[in-house]
Amino acid sequence: MSAVVAKFELPPLPYEMNALEPFMSKTTLEFHWGKHQRAYIDNLNKQISGTELESLKLEDIITKTYGGGNAQPAFNNAAQAWNHDFFFHSMTAKGGKAPSGDISGLINRDLGSYDNFVKEFKAAATTQFGSGWAWLSLKDGKLIVQKTANAVNPLVSGETPLLVLDVWEHAYYLDFQNRRPDYVETFLRELVNWDTVNARLETATAKL
Amino acid sequence: MAVAGQQSRASHSFTLPDLDYDYGELEPAISGEIMKLHHTKHHQTYITNFVKALEQLEQAEKDGNAEAIVKLQGAINFNGGGHVNHSIFWKNLAPSKSGGGEPPEGKLASAIKDEFGSLEKLIAKMNADGAALQGSGWVWLGLNKDLKQLAVQTTANQDPLASKGLVPLLGIDVWEHAYYLQAWTDYKNVKPDYLKNIWKVINWSDVSSRYEANL
Repeated sequence: MSAVVAKFELPPLPYEMNALEPFMSKTTLEFHWGKHQRAYIDNLNKQISGTELESLKLEDIITKTYGGGNAQPAFNNAAQAWNHDFFFHSMTAKGGKAPSGDISGLINRDLGSYDNFVKEFKAAATTQFGSGWAWLSLKDGKLIVQKTANAVNPLVSGETPLLVLDVWEHAYYLDFQNRRPDYVETFLRELVNWDTVNARLETATAKL
Repeated sequence: MAVAGQQSRASHSFTLPDLDYDYGELEPAISGEIMKLHHTKHHQTYITNFVKALEQLEQAEKDGNAEAIVKLQGAINFNGGGHVNHSIFWKNLAPSKSGGGEPPEGKLASAIKDEFGSLEKLIAKMNADGAALQGSGWVWLGLNKDLKQLAVQTTANQDPLASKGLVPLLGIDVWEHAYYLQAWTDYKNVKPDYLKNIWKVINWSDVSSRYEANL
């Protein structure tokens, strides 16, 4: 009679809070993971409790509640819970700079060069007005750089994200204040986890 | 003053307005550190980018480049809206020694009572709507000039309140840059605490003037 209830839990960070210093401070991660992401998950659980959504996977809640842009209340918390986990896993200590592996070939094929990827990604991240995210995604088998507002992510358009950068102000304000371009450059130069990107690419390609 | 008609029309009229108080004078409601960054970096950047977009617009018009003209509207609206909104915001605030936090009187006070029941109820509504706003934006007390009615309304990003058919009387910035640096020191519950405390420095006299000027 009773459906399986999936109460979402706050997934642990894949590294210690101070692991990304000096490029992303321990303080920022304490807040970003410990308060922001935790709140999205707690609020999501409250919202879906006793509804048909509560037995669904997180990705399915996202696509189901998006409503073509006319989103139901649970969309925001569900998408933000997903986006933040994807973001934290998109980073690693001693990361960044040009990748090796399959992603490198695709970047050259679809975006011209690593330098051009950097240029496009920086532009997307710095011109997303207000809150949002900058993504490297697969769309119909091709790499694209894109930006989304607030909680929106590429899942709602049927695309496959591979890498994301959070450009909500809370993501960088303690470390960079208003200097979003510096934050974006630091992320690209020091933090991008290309191993994870390659793993996500492999999973995506296996599905094709 | 234009010289021989050659000067760009855009660059002369938009500059960062001075505040009527020092950066630290709104403490402890809003920290001096936040006020300084908010004014000299965020607001200034909106103005700089607004002027740049207007200069590009002027050139696109000269070139007859319709596509470029349309494309520039986004930047003009974002940055121009940011300049308009923040210019109102600085006037909506005052240190307590200059009347900040003193409740409204006269016509505005009556209108608030009629529309919302009490000042406390208005504040509660603005705080609730501000807290519920997802992403970046503002929560406003506005005036519907046609109906002569007050309304609480949120806007996204730097969209001006005029886009909702209301005259802005009081705006509270709920972009994260407006309060985030107090997350560690004063406001453990960040946004709600900021909203609760900002009422101590609201310049109701300025809000009243705007109200009466638009009746």
